[in-house]
Amino acid sequence: MTDPAAQSSSAPESHALPTVEIRDLHKSFGTNEVLKGIDFHVNDREVVVVVGPSGSGKSTLLRCVNLLEVPDRGQVLIDGVDICDSGTDVNAVRRKIGMVFQQFNLFPHLTALNNVTIGPRKVLKRTTEEAEQSARSLLDRVGLADHAHKYPAQLSGGQQQRVAIARALAMNPEIMLFDEATSALDPELVGDVLSVMRSLADDGMTMMVVTHEMGFAKNVADRVVFMADGVVVEEGTPDAVLGSPQHARTQQFLQQVGDH
Amino acid sequence: MTRQQRSTLIQWGAFATGFVIIGGTLAVTVRWSALADRFFKWDDFTGQFPEIIFEAARNTLLYTVIGFSGGLIFGLVAALMRQSSVPPARLLASLYIEIFRALPALLTILIVGFGIPIAFGAENLPSFFTTLYGSGGLALALVAGAYLAETIRAGIEAVPRGQVEAARSLGMTTSQTTRSIVLPQAFRVILPPLTNELVLLLKDTSLLAVLGVAIGERELTTWGRTFSNSIGNYTPLMAAAVCYLAITVPLSQLVKYVENRTKAGQR
Repeated sequence: MTDPAAQSSSAPESHALPTVEIRDLHKSFGTNEVLKGIDFHVNDREVVVVVGPSGSGKSTLLRCVNLLEVPDRGQVLIDGVDICDSGTDVNAVRRKIGMVFQQFNLFPHLTALNNVTIGPRKVLKRTTEEAEQSARSLLDRVGLADHAHKYPAQLSGGQQQRVAIARALAMNPEIMLFDEATSALDPELVGDVLSVMRSLADDGMTMMVVTHEMGFAKNVADRVVFMADGVVVEEGTPDAVLGSPQHARTQQFLQQVGDH
Repeated sequence: MTRQQRSTLIQWGAFATGFVIIGGTLAVTVRWSALADRFFKWDDFTGQFPEIIFEAARNTLLYTVIGFSGGLIFGLVAALMRQSSVPPARLLASLYIEIFRALPALLTILIVGFGIPIAFGAENLPSFFTTLYGSGGLALALVAGAYLAETIRAGIEAVPRGQVEAARSLGMTTSQTTRSIVLPQAFRVILPPLTNELVLLLKDTSLLAVLGVAIGERELTTWGRTFSNSIGNYTPLMAAAVCYLAITVPLSQLVKYVENRTKAGQR
C-alpha cells in the first residue's frame, strides 16, 4: 500500500518554508572573520551534514542557528521567523531546536532521568510524572533505560552523549543540531551514538549535523555541505560531494580524511 | 622493614624528640600552679554552665545566623549584579564589595551600630534594629556579604560555559538557568570556602561587644570577659573557648559529611 502524500514529502517542496534558512551570514571573533557570507538552508525532514576542516566555521554556523553565537550581519530564519530580530522570543525559538554538544554538557548534579526531565518541567511546565514518563521512554529509545538513576559521572562518554540526545528530544524539537557529537568519544563508543542519530534520521527528524564521520555523511545525509575558510565551497548529494567533488579544496580535504 | 616504614619511623622519631625538648623546656619554665590557679579553676569552670550555653552560646549562634543569612543575601545579589550586563548594576556591586572589604569589621560595626539610630532616629526604626541582634547582625551581614560575594562569584565562574549553553538551548530563561543549573553547581564548589566564612563570622561576633552589650545580649567572648572580671580569674575565658570549639569542630565535620555526600557519584 502506498501513500502518495508521504512519498512526495520526502522530496523537498519548493513552495514550503525551509525549517532553517540562513542568508548572507557574517560572524567575526575579534579580527578573525569566521563566517564570510553564508547562505544555507535545511528543509523539513531533511538531514544536512556539514563537513570541512577545523576552523572552517562549521560549528559557528551551527551555533548561530540557536543563537548561541550572535551573528554580526545576515539573517537566521527558523520557520520563516528571523531569530536575530529584537522582537523575537529567543527562548521560544530555542524550545523548537534541540542541540547536542561535542562535550555532552550534561548537568552533573542531576541524574540521567532528571537531565532529561528538567527541560520539560521548567520550560514546558510539565508535571514531574508526565515528564518522567516520557523521559523513561526516551532513555529506553537511546538504550539507557537501566541507567536512569545514574549521575553523568557514572556513565561512559557514549552513554552520556545518548542521554544528551534524549534530553534534547524531550523538548519535542522540530530540528536537531549535532555539534561534532562523536568527536570527544573513544572510538569504540562512537557507533552507539551514531546509530541513535541514524535512527532519528530514519524517523524523519530534521537534522543539521556537523561531523567528521564521513561514513555517517555518506550513508545518512540527504545533502552534504562542504565548508572551508568561512564559506560554503560545495554542496549536493553525498555521492556528488563526497564521491566526485568538483572543487580542489574539497578534493584535498577528502584525501586528507581518507588517509586515516 | 620497607623503605616506606623506615621513613615513617624516622618522622615519628623526629617528632618525639622535638616534643620532649619543647615539652621539657615548657615544663620547667612555665609557672604551672599560677596558670592553673588563674585559668583552670574547676569550680569556676563548671560554675559557668549551663548559663553560658543558654545565654552566651545561644547569642553567638544567633548573631552568626543573622549575620550569615543576611550576608548570603547581600553576597548573592552582589555576585549576580557583578556579572550583570547592566553597567550601573556592576558598578554598584563593585563599590559595595570594595568598600566593605577595605574597612576593618570593627569599624563597620561601630559605624553601622551608632550610625543607623542617628540617621533614622531610634524611635522610627523597627524594634528589631534597636537591639544588638538587628544593628549588630546588619553590620556583620554587610561585612560577610562583601566577602561572600567574591566567593559566590568564583563559584559561578567555575561552572563551565557549556552548562549555561546546554540550559539555554533547552529554552530555559537566564534566571531559570541560574537557579536550576548554575547555582546548585556553584554551591558545591564553594562549600569549603563558605564554611570558612561562616567560622570567621562566628568569631567576629565577639566584636559586637564594642556597641555595648545588655545583659541577655552577651555572646561568648563578652561573657568570658565579664565573669573573669567579676570573679577575679580567667577561667570563664576558658569556658568560652570550650564553647567555641564545641560549635566549630562539629560544624566542620558536618560540612565534610555534606561535601562527601554531594560528591558521591558526581564529578
